[in-house]
Amino acid sequence: MPKEHANWSPYDNNGGTCVAIAGADYCVIAADTRMSTGYSILTREYSKICKLADKSFMASSGFQADVKALQKVLSSRHLIYQHQHNKQMSCPAMAQLLSNTLYYKRFFPYYAFNVLGGLDSEGKGCVFTYDAVGSYERVGYSAQGSGATLITPFLDNQLKSPSPLLLPAKDAVTPLSEAEAVDLVKTCFSSATERDIYTGDSVEIIILNANGVRHESEQLRKD
Amino acid sequence: MFRNQYDTDVTTWSPAGRLFQVEYAMEAVKQGSAAIGLRSKTHVVLACVNKANSELSSHQKKIFKVDDHIGVAIAGLTADGRVLSRYMRSECINYGYTYESPLPVGRLVVQLADKAQVCTQRSWKRPYGVGLLVAGLDESGAHLYYNCPSGNYFEYQAFAIGSRSQAAKTYLERKFENFTSSSRDDLIKDALFAIRETLQGEKLTSTVCTVAVVGVGEPFCILDQATVQGLINEFEISGEEGGAAVEETGGESGGAPAVEQEAAPMDI
Repeated sequence: MPKEHANWSPYDNNGGTCVAIAGADYCVIAADTRMSTGYSILTREYSKICKLADKSFMASSGFQADVKALQKVLSSRHLIYQHQHNKQMSCPAMAQLLSNTLYYKRFFPYYAFNVLGGLDSEGKGCVFTYDAVGSYERVGYSAQGSGATLITPFLDNQLKSPSPLLLPAKDAVTPLSEAEAVDLVKTCFSSATERDIYTGDSVEIIILNANGVRHESEQLRKD
Repeated sequence: MFRNQYDTDVTTWSPAGRLFQVEYAMEAVKQGSAAIGLRSKTHVVLACVNKANSELSSHQKKIFKVDDHIGVAIAGLTADGRVLSRYMRSECINYGYTYESPLPVGRLVVQLADKAQVCTQRSWKRPYGVGLLVAGLDESGAHLYYNCPSGNYFEYQAFAIGSRSQAAKTYLERKFENFTSSSRDDLIKDALFAIRETLQGEKLTSTVCTVAVVGVGEPFCILDQATVQGLINEFEISGEEGGAAVEETGGESGGAPAVEQEAAPMDI
């Protein structure tokens, strides 16, 4: 007898795309603000980015109810850390905490695809990228969510060091300035919005550097 | 102090209807170094005397931030105080997680009091040996509470606990009527004066005391030493004269005025 399958799923995908790029002394974290379900739009103005600590911002796409729960758990854990250590958590520490929190629910996962961006203890930009159960890696840039497959190859072309096997020999990629990185992110989202139905409406951009935090917002196509 | 017959454990009443173990716990509070609190309509100030074990060691931490809107000063067994502060922080975090709003101070002190009461009614436990001055802000305004080892709690306009606190209380009793309308800085000034009273002639400097404030628009924070020293200098509080202090003989507790000698302290 063929197995019966559930007619109800605890998960839903609210779509959306998240991107983060790390610079020498800055970090850019961005996410679109569209929240969808199926082929419908729930809202055009939903923030997927959460400030976890002074120097750690998390952008998450996937099932927003799980994302919200995850954000709350991490915020509470950060409060406890502050009481015990009398200081804010560093970004790499938060990265490990996020990984552990995700793996904790290995057998009923948070349906959240996360990208953590911030400044490390030396002030350099850092980006950490995750899967749903906590496997993570520090990278120079990352994209997650419905538009990730459209954005990642473009970022690879712009940001990835060329292979030494390539002929003719190419120089290493020049480091990006903060303004260039923000512009690159806006370009990523404009392009992804063209072809991904779940990405659009507007993009929320957070720029973190030694002087503090800056917000930028750019309108995207609403179709 | 001939009450040895009924004081072996906390679950034994004396014939006079007293629980001596609880009273002994309140005694521990009186032995700790002084802590005072005062409140106005919009701010609450906590201050305490720093006691160090020896000249070589650092002083014990007696003021703890519990949440952005609540802080606590302790007197007595600081280890017990640390544990209770951790409990309070945990309660605030859990409440904030569930209700996305700050835990009202009045609810926190009731939970604390109930926790203390449990230890007065279990034969395998002992009462907490620490008095807590809980300062906090919520929708109904600024509050200052005192939590006893007995499980009682009281709300105060101003209060002092610990050794030589009677001197501070005398000062506060003279001034408290003005506190409601005091400005933040005047409140801190009065706190420093009250602390000076407990020092009995010792010079008041920022190394000897710790001050913390919480108020409308101002999250709980412990003032740094430089700021405190600046305030002491500004108000010229350091003064060498001893306050008109009554030496604490360890007979009093609680905050109500006239206390009869024979009344059980928990009745207040």
